[in-house]
Amino acid sequence: MIRMALLVTALSAVTILAVITLFIFVEGTPIMFKYGLKNFLGGMDWYPGERSFGLLPMILGSLYVTGGALVLGVPFGLACAVFLTEFSSRGLRQIIKPVIELLAGIPSVVYGFMGVVILVPFIRETFGGPGLSVLAASIILGIMILPTVISISIDALSAVPPSYREGSIALGATRWQTVKMVLLPAARSGIIASVILGMGRAIGETMAVIMIAGNAVAVPRSALDPVRTLTSNIALEMGYASGEHRQALFATGVILFVIIMILNTLANVTSRRKTK
Amino acid sequence: MMVFLLAAGCSLSDSESDLTVAGSTSVQPFADKWAEVYMEHHRGTSINIQGGGSSAGIQAVRSGAATIGMSSRPLKADEQDLKTIVVARDGLAVIVHPSNPLQGLALSDVKRIFAGDIPNWRALGYADREMTVVTREEGSGTRGAFQELVMGPTRIYRRAIVQDSNGTVREIVAHDPYAIGYISLGLVNKQVKALELDGIYPGEEAIEDGLYPLVRPFLFITDGPVDGLARHFIDFVLSPEGQALIVSEGLIPAKARGS
Repeated sequence: MIRMALLVTALSAVTILAVITLFIFVEGTPIMFKYGLKNFLGGMDWYPGERSFGLLPMILGSLYVTGGALVLGVPFGLACAVFLTEFSSRGLRQIIKPVIELLAGIPSVVYGFMGVVILVPFIRETFGGPGLSVLAASIILGIMILPTVISISIDALSAVPPSYREGSIALGATRWQTVKMVLLPAARSGIIASVILGMGRAIGETMAVIMIAGNAVAVPRSALDPVRTLTSNIALEMGYASGEHRQALFATGVILFVIIMILNTLANVTSRRKTK
Repeated sequence: MMVFLLAAGCSLSDSESDLTVAGSTSVQPFADKWAEVYMEHHRGTSINIQGGGSSAGIQAVRSGAATIGMSSRPLKADEQDLKTIVVARDGLAVIVHPSNPLQGLALSDVKRIFAGDIPNWRALGYADREMTVVTREEGSGTRGAFQELVMGPTRIYRRAIVQDSNGTVREIVAHDPYAIGYISLGLVNKQVKALELDGIYPGEEAIEDGLYPLVRPFLFITDGPVDGLARHFIDFVLSPEGQALIVSEGLIPAKARGS
């Protein structure tokens, strides 16, 4: 009886995922075939009122912003995780780790607001341009993925058996050599998992990005240019979209879905191969 | 006591005391005002104002989710079966930062700016800085009106920054000395400067006389004739008192001189 109930509960999650997938594809694919997949994936013009549905600027925008967030967030996050597991006292770790996890609980609109009020004017006055830019979005997203990267990396590093550390030290390696040669490789799959989850958060984040990225539908020429991501495209225009415009937003969802699947699969495959 | 509770229960469930109005976020603040005053006059009625955008409002009327839709754009060809009532009119103001020395622009220059043909302020006698052109998102009633009244068939610059409300457009222009955008005239405040267009400042007089070029209707949309509370509310909106409310908020009455 309990087993049945658990089975139903477990399957319901899978069913919900299947229903969502099916729904997005049913709503989004017909229009992609109607106007040609090439126009969607390769088109530069997004003027849904004139039936131009080019998503290339948004696809690149999502990748740039996510890449920027990883470039800024992962080294910081990893450094923080290494420091907290290997170089800090137990007491310090017990204070800092919950604080970092608290960062994950801050609503994204608050990050966006901070970005608009502090970061955007700073970028505009220091580097020029409108301030609403790839750079601003990357920095804010880089901060937003920190808790994910840090806490999962800490778990991965802590899970390395103490005998590895002791063995390395016993062979005469310094602490830093131990971290670099023993701990990081041993925790690799966990660290890669933290990066994947961070990437998932960055690519899916919408609210904060809408507020600070400027949302222009053009491929940015520099980090100071505004950019629109796939998620912001859907959220921005959802309220007004009807007919083919609405279908094109579902098509945006399809492409987002496929990109996330590809990235996740790639990351999974590489992490599995390396651990063997 | 029981009877009283029952009676209260009945009057609450009575659909005649409930009205849903949904649609354009440009019309929404004014509809909120109307609803607030109307409900003060008629205790026990509840008017629920929702945003979502012009197209969403029209869809809501179609699906029956709302009795009245709000739209800040005219109906499209495939929406002509619905009934429209002009409840107010709104000017579009082209706004810049208050520190911008420019007082006005020719409408043709506004068009060139938003088409991306004048990327630098130097061409207009201001600093040698790139313009931050701010526009609304595709499908927005304000953008639709701007497209129709200013741009015609020309596309809005693809590198323009896109924001999804009048408020955020104003926020950006208010904080960026090199920005230019357009918002509903009723929302212009001291943080930004409205420009003269072809020499005409968007003041009350010029708009009522029909001189200012960027004026669009605010519409209530219904699926055929309505009665009961919906009718009563529309009548209130069009009454001198209802119209006076929105004029004090910066809009133009539905029936102005020159229209």
